[in-house]
Amino acid sequence: MAEEFEPKIVAFLCKWCSSAGSDLAGVSRMEYPSNVIPITVMCSGSVSPLYIFSAFNKGADGVLVSGCHPGDCHYIKGNFYARRRIALVKKLLEYVGLEPQRFQMSWVSAAEGIKYTQVIKDFVQELKPLGPQKKLRRIQ
Amino acid sequence: MKRTGIFVCHCGINIAGTVDVKKVAKELSKHKGVVHAEDYVYVCSDPGQNIIINAIKEKKLDSVVVACCSPTLHETTFRNTSKSAGLNAFQCEIANIREQCSWVHKDMEKATDKAIRITKSTVQRVRRNESLEPISVPVTRKAMVIGGGIAGIQSALDLANTGFEVILVERAPSIGGHMIQLSETFPTLDCSQCILTPKMVEVSKHPKIKLMTYSEVQDISGYVGNFKVKILKKPTYVDPDKCTLCDECTKVCPVVVPNEFDLGLTGRRAIYIPFPQAIPATFTLDIKSCPGLLPIACGKCADVCEPDAIDYDMKPEIVEEEVGAIIVATGYDLYEKELLTEYGYGKYPDVLDGLQFERLLSASGPTMGKILRPSDHKVPKEVVFIQCAGSRDPELHCAYCSKICCMYTAKHAMLYKHHVHDGQAYVFYIDIRSGGKDYEEFVQRAVENDGVLYLRGKVSKIFEDNGKIKVWGVDTLTGKDIEIDADMVVLATATRPSKGADELAKKLKIAMDKDGFLAEAHPKLRPVESVTSGMFLAGAAQAPKDIPEAVAQASGAAAKAISILSQDRLYHAPTVAKVNINLCTGCGMCVQVCPYDALSLKDGKAEVNEVLCEGCGTCSATCLRAAIQVKNMTPLQVNEMIKASLGG
Repeated sequence: MAEEFEPKIVAFLCKWCSSAGSDLAGVSRMEYPSNVIPITVMCSGSVSPLYIFSAFNKGADGVLVSGCHPGDCHYIKGNFYARRRIALVKKLLEYVGLEPQRFQMSWVSAAEGIKYTQVIKDFVQELKPLGPQKKLRRIQ
Repeated sequence: MKRTGIFVCHCGINIAGTVDVKKVAKELSKHKGVVHAEDYVYVCSDPGQNIIINAIKEKKLDSVVVACCSPTLHETTFRNTSKSAGLNAFQCEIANIREQCSWVHKDMEKATDKAIRITKSTVQRVRRNESLEPISVPVTRKAMVIGGGIAGIQSALDLANTGFEVILVERAPSIGGHMIQLSETFPTLDCSQCILTPKMVEVSKHPKIKLMTYSEVQDISGYVGNFKVKILKKPTYVDPDKCTLCDECTKVCPVVVPNEFDLGLTGRRAIYIPFPQAIPATFTLDIKSCPGLLPIACGKCADVCEPDAIDYDMKPEIVEEEVGAIIVATGYDLYEKELLTEYGYGKYPDVLDGLQFERLLSASGPTMGKILRPSDHKVPKEVVFIQCAGSRDPELHCAYCSKICCMYTAKHAMLYKHHVHDGQAYVFYIDIRSGGKDYEEFVQRAVENDGVLYLRGKVSKIFEDNGKIKVWGVDTLTGKDIEIDADMVVLATATRPSKGADELAKKLKIAMDKDGFLAEAHPKLRPVESVTSGMFLAGAAQAPKDIPEAVAQASGAAAKAISILSQDRLYHAPTVAKVNINLCTGCGMCVQVCPYDALSLKDGKAEVNEVLCEGCGTCSATCLRAAIQVKNMTPLQVNEMIKASLGG
């Protein structure tokens, strides 16, 4: 039997909420799939659309952007900008033909270790049937 | 090309148990630019740090990556280690392979692969890190305390007695908070007013404390050490310097509204003094209930005021202050009546909440300390106390334990028995939580000496029947149904964050937890700090607390504030935004999105105020030309990190 497809995911986590939430998942020893490579950024608002395109271009099968809950941003309103920007990026990605499930945004607070775990589990499950992402991958 | 050194920590078996640390070091040693890679059992230990220091010196490293626990734990440690070896602190970065890797995976091969990717990605980042020096800013040696309850009073006094100026802001007309409403306090049965009023007087007389009652924080800007605050001083329409407290005005005032201090058990006039020992000792004209400030509408109070203290032309005033640290002590409110209708709360006059019962017990209360039913002023002979009314009820109300209710219910039942010797007190409870010095003994005293009957179970129904309040419940220890014909029911309603605390938290940019209490920076190690530096938490604003805990936290918060105020200068992270003048077109989009007003346009180009900038990077993601970037987290660095995360 062929080995199950393991998607590669890049997750941009804001330092104050989602990265802290993923740390809490660690402290609480909550297991989740190892498909995600986290990149901690200061704020979800600092995630440029170019980062997302770059990740898909370099072979990511899925990209996650996770920030503080709307209204709870450490930088007051950075995640509102993230939300708007990401809605546009999502539309653009769909327009060029990328499966919408490949790009997700979540709100995970520093207290939500369980939620972070669930977000990753769900994301990996959703990506598995899609197979490798080829649409935006740079041709080697 | 930089010369990077890699140090992979085993953390005992915390990391080495699931990540093949030797393999990580070996793989990284092959990575471009890495001139040193080794693993060690505890890199944070003294010998571990010495390994880093020696490697920096011997291999002439110009950058360091430590693959270990979360940067929230040891980033400072390793940056200081690198600094002590002559490296710039910002040439050291942490790869989190514990919380985000070894602790959450079981498959060694996969976890090792992920750890390698995380570490490589961090190497790619540090390769383009600039050497930076912290930005130094002066400190305003003054503090603001928000909330004049026991916690705020304690913080203000501690700060002032250390020699720092304090502004104490309270939104009500007097300081004192909820503690001044209480009758006696557990477990000693000290008279609450008697132990609090000396502190209130000390506040009012203290040369270092500027007391601003009937005032609210309206706006706040700045950063730790240098906050700018706008405080709205609401008009009281009474000049406190002229007012002689003769009380003539209340005799003529035609308006009666529920008295907040007695929780609606009595009325007050539109012009009133909250309670006799109020600080400041003066009257306040409540404009919401006053028929109007024009003499044509009423004007009776001004007519009778001999010292001419009443001034209808008083205007709201905005006071601007600069402070270096802020303590938030906004306290609690009880669970809203409208949300707790199942116990007849708000429907039957003899179903009271804990604070109302405190007022009935209080020697200065509406009944002068006699326990009488609000409905017919008769002495209640059977009183049912219900604990966890709204607490520990995740389906319908609050999931958390309000913590103080077990103790104050024991106190209520005990004091009731002290007042009404032939009465019977019943307490419905889920568990008794009496953790605290002398607390368990206090509960036992209520049971053994005062014959309070504790019934373990919940109340299913409360209804009025023939002048009595019928309480149906169950005693789960005997399995029997209980029916009590009570004269009075007292609910230990849940403790909630005080009303308006959420709006204040937004203004202060401090976080709240899921229940609306103010969030501490770390639940165990930083319990009095908020996530925003320079802002501290005290009292029940952070979580339900009794008086000793609130006082302890208030003193802790004051000490934390003093550690800022006693500095000559503070240091601010230098990882701030930087503009590339050649690329900037002066479109101003970054200026608009900056949450800190740290950006402005100067001569058609964006300019960063490095002191205000927090380095969030929202500007950088907004700029269409990558003309503004956050130092040490530039798009180029992120791009390299993505590449390393996905490579191979």
